[in-house]
Amino acid sequence: MPRRRVAITGLGVIAAIGRNVEEFEESLRAGRSGIAPIELVDRSQLRFSNGAEVKGFNPLDYFSPKQAAMLDRFAQFALVAAREAMADAGLDPRGIGERGAVVTGSCVGGQTTSDAGFVELYQKGRPRVAPLTIPMTMANAGASFISMEYGIRGPVFTLSTACSSANHAIGLAYWLVRDGVVDWAIAGGSEAVFSLGFLKAWEAMRVVSPDTCRPFSKDRQGMILGEGGAMLVLEVLEAAQARGARIHAEIVGFGMSSDAHHLTQPSVDGPALAMRWALEDAGIHPEQIGYINAHGTGTISNDPIEVAAIRKVFGRHTDRLAISSTKSMHGHALGAAGAIEAIATVLALRDGFLPPTANFTEPDPECDVDVVPNQARQQQVEYALSNSFAFGGLNAVVVFKAPPR
Amino acid sequence: MLDELEQRVIKCIAQTQHLPVEKITLESTFEELGIDSLDGINIVFALENEFDIEIPDEAAQQIRSVREMIDGVRKLVEQKRAGTVGA
Repeated sequence: MPRRRVAITGLGVIAAIGRNVEEFEESLRAGRSGIAPIELVDRSQLRFSNGAEVKGFNPLDYFSPKQAAMLDRFAQFALVAAREAMADAGLDPRGIGERGAVVTGSCVGGQTTSDAGFVELYQKGRPRVAPLTIPMTMANAGASFISMEYGIRGPVFTLSTACSSANHAIGLAYWLVRDGVVDWAIAGGSEAVFSLGFLKAWEAMRVVSPDTCRPFSKDRQGMILGEGGAMLVLEVLEAAQARGARIHAEIVGFGMSSDAHHLTQPSVDGPALAMRWALEDAGIHPEQIGYINAHGTGTISNDPIEVAAIRKVFGRHTDRLAISSTKSMHGHALGAAGAIEAIATVLALRDGFLPPTANFTEPDPECDVDVVPNQARQQQVEYALSNSFAFGGLNAVVVFKAPPR
Repeated sequence: MLDELEQRVIKCIAQTQHLPVEKITLESTFEELGIDSLDGINIVFALENEFDIEIPDEAAQQIRSVREMIDGVRKLVEQKRAGTVGA
């Protein structure tokens, strides 16, 4: 089957800076950060105190009490985002379920549920753990619930590649639609990181910032953990146009690579290779890219290495690129990061603006690129990259194109 | 009139299933109440906590009605009492 063009016709997001696409875009344009003192966990037991939580999230606004009790917070975020994306796409799933796919990413799945179960067992000395702990903890719970809600009966699966999970998911879903395995897909990721056990584990890694997330700033002190979910509805472009759907953007390329180097230390070559494969997959030249939504975690080591990798691929064109990290606003949502950043990138291409790197204070000579500091910029670009690089050295890069006009 | 144990079992079912207590009678079958196998293990979990008993897997899988559940719980509670007195 010849390759088909793939349109994004539905967007859904829930994150610290917005409980839907409209709120999320407003925050991006305003450069508003959602980083604040952690409320979901007793922060007095932690060395860091800030996170990017979805404040005031009440599952009963979205689910019946019985359904809410069956869904870990991460799966709730997956469904909330999928519902918004499907409503936005206006796609009637009846009769096309066999030709649809769901591909989601999550790093730690329903860990908040297993954490709560272990508190009962180890701390409170209870003899048993709630019976739904197993199906609520599994990382594919979100994908399974989306499949059940819309009757999607084709390929449904979840990828777990730490911080690259959602980009791997979106990229593979793109290939499934492009190459004719399916005709449409819901793709993205979701994550719920806020349990004491998991935050203590991050604390021990010594990469979490004591104040905020300042990607590419000289005084950056680390990442800030975030949570949320984001989903895209992908369709064959021609079919979407034929039914008169709004096309938000296209996905035109996907590249992945492995550093084969170190469990946690980033490398220049691995990310550079993933960017190169993505451009090759898209069949475009580096000079055609105008914006990169960076992995940009704000850790001491990630940011300069990412800039070096970009320089390696883009050469002198690097100085003409806008490169921002929206993690400065929505935090690092691990397995959902690529999906939340995909929404930011698509909105940028659709609405002609570049989201900023918030909390930026001081340029770092090792990150000497245009990071769109603090203020969003009115600028229309044609092609954009979204980077995700994971612990374990796994890299995934997606290429987006502005909608046909 | 329902005795205390019957009331407690019905309350467990109601809370776990998010159903009003009035909907559940001694004669209700799980099918009528829309209780599937996954709901069943949730109810068994709630009953184990409520009565501090251990419900064996075979029993948990076979029960299909409120009355069977109450009979099973009553038997386990009585066994437990007898065991405690004996010890």
